[in-house]
Amino acid sequence: MAKRFSEIFRHGLKNRSFVIGGLITLLFFLIALLSYIWTPHAVEDLSIVNKLRLPDSTYWLGTDHFGRDIFSMLIVGARNSVIVAFVAIGIGAGIGVPLGLTAAARKGWVDEVIMRFNDFTFAFPAIISAIMITAILGPGAINSIIAIGIFNIPVFARVSRGAALSIWKRDFILAARSAGKGSFKISLEHVLPNIFSMLIVQTTIQFALGILAEAGLSYLGLGTQPPAPSWGKMLNEAQTMLYLAPQLAIYPGVAIALTVLGLNLFGDGLRDVLDPKLRRNR
Amino acid sequence: MTLLKIENLTVSINTAQGPIDIIKQIDFQMETGEKLGIVGESGCGKSITALAIMSLLPERSVISGNITLNGENLLALSPAQMCKVRGNQIGMIFQEPMTALNPVKTIGNQIAESLHLHLGLRKKEVQDRVCQLMENVGLPRQRFPLGLYPHQLSGGQRQRVMIAMAIACEPDLLIADEPTTALDVTVQEQILDLILELADRSGMGLIIISHDLGVIAQTTEKILVMYTGNMFETGPTTEVFKHMAHPYTQGLFSAIPKTGISTRSDRTRLYTIPGQVPEIHIKFKGCSFADRCSRVLAECRSQVPPTVDLGNHHQAWCFNPLERT
Repeated sequence: MAKRFSEIFRHGLKNRSFVIGGLITLLFFLIALLSYIWTPHAVEDLSIVNKLRLPDSTYWLGTDHFGRDIFSMLIVGARNSVIVAFVAIGIGAGIGVPLGLTAAARKGWVDEVIMRFNDFTFAFPAIISAIMITAILGPGAINSIIAIGIFNIPVFARVSRGAALSIWKRDFILAARSAGKGSFKISLEHVLPNIFSMLIVQTTIQFALGILAEAGLSYLGLGTQPPAPSWGKMLNEAQTMLYLAPQLAIYPGVAIALTVLGLNLFGDGLRDVLDPKLRRNR
Repeated sequence: MTLLKIENLTVSINTAQGPIDIIKQIDFQMETGEKLGIVGESGCGKSITALAIMSLLPERSVISGNITLNGENLLALSPAQMCKVRGNQIGMIFQEPMTALNPVKTIGNQIAESLHLHLGLRKKEVQDRVCQLMENVGLPRQRFPLGLYPHQLSGGQRQRVMIAMAIACEPDLLIADEPTTALDVTVQEQILDLILELADRSGMGLIIISHDLGVIAQTTEKILVMYTGNMFETGPTTEVFKHMAHPYTQGLFSAIPKTGISTRSDRTRLYTIPGQVPEIHIKFKGCSFADRCSRVLAECRSQVPPTVDLGNHHQAWCFNPLERT
């Protein structure tokens, strides 16, 4: 990339959504990391005596109906969301981007086949296809990762194909071809670096969607399985007790909303910073 | 030895209205180390001729005829074999140095690309060769480190980088497609001299494409005048300039502005060829230049102009060529 990271960062500091979104995202990642070394209480510890406690100095955000510490569950849940979203994006981008690049490079029937297959996957709403996939493969964290990954493939394929097509029309591609490069090398060495910033922005957006999808699947009981905590699962359990202890639904709900908001702001800001042309058009 | 031989080259593009011939029956030949100039107005098939030699024609084009480089028929090669010819045996310099370099790669890496690709050199050797190439094109390493990006260079400097890329593998044939058109007048001369010097030094054959007869006159030994994809006149450059036979060549020549400071009294209007280049889909029964020609005869519009042999490999395709003066 032409701009150095420090330069991007310097530009970014002038952009409000980049700063706010970046801070929320950073906090979210730090909390997820923190869960590996420290949680106030072990999340598997049930103590029925202490069930449905309101926040106090031992249980910072109170306890649920099994007496588990809500705060501990939230930060372990954050870790869960990160892992699922990360791996799923890895699958989506890892397969989708090469597909998109191939479609743009080869054109003709290869392009047709890839893109029609994409359209086919796109035709199902993402969450529905994820439910379908987990229903076939069986519920579980791994399967929800696969499901979210699969519905990310067409998104990345389409974005990278569109961007790559516009790069293929540029003069420097003709120059690279005149130097004797084949389409594979050109895609890898000339096209990919030029669409990289766009892909990064897309990744942050898809990351937010991935977290949302994971929460949705867990809420339906198709994602992360107990006793591993997950935000979606917590929402689901809180639902039965909405009259008794409404705060149980609020905490994971706020966590999901805040994280998704943060990632979206960050992605928006990043796009403005990486591509100033888009900003002027708005 | 014959470097490049083009026989009966026809290129057509398939459109919704059927195929359109954009190059018609081109024939020419170049010896090793020879310099050929192709001139004509915009849209006369000059660039397409170059791209045809490189096998880089736009999609949906159909090519027929023969292109032979060093005795090898390029049109018979597979795409993978053609990749080995491009960059290695034929190098190309493009018109727009502003857009022909990848904005996100350093110039050092871009020059190194074809070296890695064709010569299989080791990293250190490539590095040395890149430095030497930069030196050769007038970008000494002290002032132009290899880590610079294209946006940090001026137009002329970028064109020098393009030249370094094109000659990196010491090709037998260098094609320069309007190499100075997009540049400042002040650096045009320098870039042209550089290309000529490099071509002379390594004995490369050179094709310079230009609409500027002045450029061609200075640099080439042989000239090919094209119009609407047809050859109009060809021959040794000095011969053609001394005894222009085709009215179109003369028109191009008269349209060159006279340099020097003009005083109010001798100021005259610059000559232009009347009319415009016809659109490519128009088919002509006779000569495609007839409508703009000052020497047009009745048969020009109905019959294909004959080949007029003027001796000394000088040929023109015209019913009513200019008299030898």
